[in-house]
Amino acid sequence: MRVNFTVNGRKQEADDVWEGESLLYVLRERMGLPGSKNACEQGECGSCTVRLDGVPVCACLVAAGQVEGREVVTVEGLADFAKQREEGCATGACGGTSLQEAQQWQAKGTDSQTGEGDELAPIQQAFIDAGAVQCGFCTPGLLVAADELLERNAEPSDADIREALSGNLCRCTGYEKILDAVRLAAARQERQEEAV
Amino acid sequence: MGVTGTPTNINQGSKTKGGIGESTLRPDGTLKVTGEFAYSSDMWHEDMLWGHTLRSTTAHAEIRSIDTSEALAMPGVYAVLTYDDLPTEVKNYGLEIQDTPVLAHGKVRHHGEPVAIVAADHPETARRAAAKIKIEYVELPVITDEASATAPDALLIHEGRDDHHIGHVPHPNIVHRQPIVRGNADEAAKRADVIVSGEYVFGMQDQAFLGPESGMAVPGEDGGVDLYVATQWLHSDLKQIAPVLGLPEEKVRMTLSGVGGAFGGREDISMQIHACLLALRTGKPVKIVYNRFESFFGHVHRHPAKLWYEHGATKDGKLTHMKCRIVLDGGAYASASPAVVGNASSLSVGPYVVEDVDIEAIALYTNNPPCGAMRGFGAVQACFAYEAQMDKLAAKLDMDPVEFRRMNAMEQGTLLPTGQPCDSPAPVAELLRRIKAMPMPPEQQWLAAGEQADVRALPGGLSNTTHGEGVVRGIGYAVGIKNVGFSEGFDDYSTARVRMEVINGEPVATVHTAMAEVGQGGVTVHAQIARTELGVTQVTIHPADTQVGSAGSTSASRQTYVTGGAVKHTCENVREKVLEIGRAKFGSYHPAWATAELLLEGGKVVTDGGEVLADLVDVLEGESVDLELEWRHRPTEAFDLVTGQGNGHVQYSFAAHRAVVEVDTELGLVKVIELAVAQDVGKALNPLSVVGQIQGGTTQGLGVAVMEEIIVDPKTAKVRNPSFTDYLIPTILDTPTIPVDVLELADENAPYGLRGIGEAPTLSSTPAVLAAIRNATGLELNRTPVRPEHLTGT
Ligand code: FES
Ligand code: FES
Repeated sequence: MRVNFTVNGRKQEADDVWEGESLLYVLRERMGLPGSKNACEQGECGSCTVRLDGVPVCACLVAAGQVEGREVVTVEGLADFAKQREEGCATGACGGTSLQEAQQWQAKGTDSQTGEGDELAPIQQAFIDAGAVQCGFCTPGLLVAADELLERNAEPSDADIREALSGNLCRCTGYEKILDAVRLAAARQERQEEAV
Repeated sequence: MGVTGTPTNINQGSKTKGGIGESTLRPDGTLKVTGEFAYSSDMWHEDMLWGHTLRSTTAHAEIRSIDTSEALAMPGVYAVLTYDDLPTEVKNYGLEIQDTPVLAHGKVRHHGEPVAIVAADHPETARRAAAKIKIEYVELPVITDEASATAPDALLIHEGRDDHHIGHVPHPNIVHRQPIVRGNADEAAKRADVIVSGEYVFGMQDQAFLGPESGMAVPGEDGGVDLYVATQWLHSDLKQIAPVLGLPEEKVRMTLSGVGGAFGGREDISMQIHACLLALRTGKPVKIVYNRFESFFGHVHRHPAKLWYEHGATKDGKLTHMKCRIVLDGGAYASASPAVVGNASSLSVGPYVVEDVDIEAIALYTNNPPCGAMRGFGAVQACFAYEAQMDKLAAKLDMDPVEFRRMNAMEQGTLLPTGQPCDSPAPVAELLRRIKAMPMPPEQQWLAAGEQADVRALPGGLSNTTHGEGVVRGIGYAVGIKNVGFSEGFDDYSTARVRMEVINGEPVATVHTAMAEVGQGGVTVHAQIARTELGVTQVTIHPADTQVGSAGSTSASRQTYVTGGAVKHTCENVREKVLEIGRAKFGSYHPAWATAELLLEGGKVVTDGGEVLADLVDVLEGESVDLELEWRHRPTEAFDLVTGQGNGHVQYSFAAHRAVVEVDTELGLVKVIELAVAQDVGKALNPLSVVGQIQGGTTQGLGVAVMEEIIVDPKTAKVRNPSFTDYLIPTILDTPTIPVDVLELADENAPYGLRGIGEAPTLSSTPAVLAAIRNATGLELNRTPVRPEHLTGT
């Protein structure tokens, strides 16, 4: 079958998709976007977390056919997505990205595969700075989930962070530095808002 | 012009930025947060095929026949291979003993053993084709424990064993046995005022690294193959792969692709040979990616163990003697079992002074899943038991458990049970003091002042099963000792190639090793070492491959020590060459070139007094220095096979934990509130990474204390829970805050004084949590993981 959907602001078309193929497989093997990871393909680890029309989902549990006509944001598009949101804030439309905003969002012209002109979302930078990346296999999923949390809740408590990230397994870090990273991104976000 | 005639004092702030001791950030961090970092499962090639493995559905059986015709006839299928298709006489591989078949022949010896492999144009086609292969099995009785393995008439798991351990094991179903006898434990027991004994059971833990076993083999035009794979030791894989393929090692070119964690689970071969066989057969690139289910069968696990311990102490709290017997279940193939036995026995006393000991450790061959390396390697199981014993003794003597441990703590100079003196700092008492002195977390945090309980903070969490009525708190302590590096006479070396040149007007160093970066941060510290030794800011880390000499394994907490040591050593030699060039070019400008101790710092050649003699750019202009050198730590020796005596280890690391838990005694649920750690790291080359490693290791120890276990059916030896739904690893909700107190007491034999870090925190974490649960509930609890039924008695 053929599936048409938008990934990171670009219209995409996947041909010859098997009925059983997951969104994760289509992203990784057909779109050349391997950023979303395949650690369990069972909805248990969160490594494949992407946003589908703004909502975080496990891409491994979404059948490719279900995304027809919808919007997907992966870790590869996170920086642009965050920037877009921030610009939305700057014009006074703060309070998260509306579905409409998400749909209107366009990727900049660079190739998301090469990471040309990499500009990082605040949460991405915070993960690096806080030492929250070790092997990094859990990182893309955690970033997508954490970014969505901060969009919803600019000042999350530790309990909020733990709750929001409880579907994402990490085997390397012991999570402490992941908590640090989310706190850091939240603090930076707050400082930035104060400055505006 | 960079050469100065006038001395400039550069002592202040002259040290090269980003050197050792700084928390520099990972060089691969940006790639990892943008999704661009290429893990082994992300490989892609035009026209590639997908490989899939057919695995045995039974644990012990003779194979009557295999019929692949239907699978082969499926459209999209390019190859179906079995044992009969292997190209040479070499059909087995293995780390220490070559007892593991590439594909089963004659028999299968464990559930999930590879029997056939398929290559097809879609992963689903490959899976469906594999399901069409018909195998006729004749079931054999399964051997699952010591009694069934060592019965006089027991079936032999491996008939006709001819490895070098067979001569001294009491039964061919025992892989290896290491006794250690020192002093006279029976005599010493007579001095004891109290004696405690216990039987302990340690469950089978899985490394559960997140990045699945995967990689891609690309056939070369010369008949060789290029393999991109996630592994812990490229050269060890190469040694095992090439003979099976019938290729010389130069024709198997291996490159490390991104590794999503390892923890010992990638020391053994998984899909490497299968992918190469399929690629060579089809002439096309072949990618294999295990799913999580297959991953549980695709790598060895931590040895489950039974441990019997007896300790005695005088009434003033001095240990008199220790006797123990440790039985490790190695499963169907040897993997690293012999070395695990060596560790379990030689570290079975723990970090305590006990002169009279009687120790025996064995590893069994059974039809259970093969077990091998995992973080803590044999020392973990022993630590679980001896720490429980310490608490029992302290209780019997009515002493504080930490005080009791401190009274018996080993120190620098203490002899290990192997007779080897510990010749570097052993701050066991100090670590215990620190851990005890750390502030305690507040009581009943779930009860916000005067308000309702926040159920999220209770054992059981969001399931809203209680409001805290049956919740009690407990505190537990533990400490452990782990050897660093490969022991028992292993030639544990590493190789580094370092090149220095000017690129775009800047001095640049390139470091090339075969070290597997598995997430531990080796790539970060290699750059730091090169900056420190060579005084350049720009360091490029070359991808790890087999074009450079072996780096040894990324395991046993050894890589920063050994490959870090190799990078340091090579840099020192490169520095000498750079200085020679400098002397030849500029020696006549300043007498210090000939007389002073010269350093490279901040892109300049300086004297130890801080005078700048030249810019590196000027020295290296038109020249480059390129060296590849090996480096090894001090030699060790094998343990005597009868007495266990010998200088078997090169270095030790020590960590202590304090666990605070809350237990819901009605529901049998445990919440670990805090797990504080104190660890001696010798020298923290990168403090940020050090803390990250300690927290990660601690969490894996927590996992095995309260949730992690591969459950093997004792009747059929089949694995019951090969999924993340049923094999539980700690989530962020299960993991408490982990405050870390880092001590830096240099080991003068190690590069920069450093000590291996990664494993020690996994040791004491588990017994500390167990001790805290015992403290909270008053229950004996002699097995791990603790399950609700153990706490509620149901
Ligand atoms: S890969 Fe999708 S949740 Fe694990
Ligand atoms: S960093 Fe390795 S799984 Fe999280």
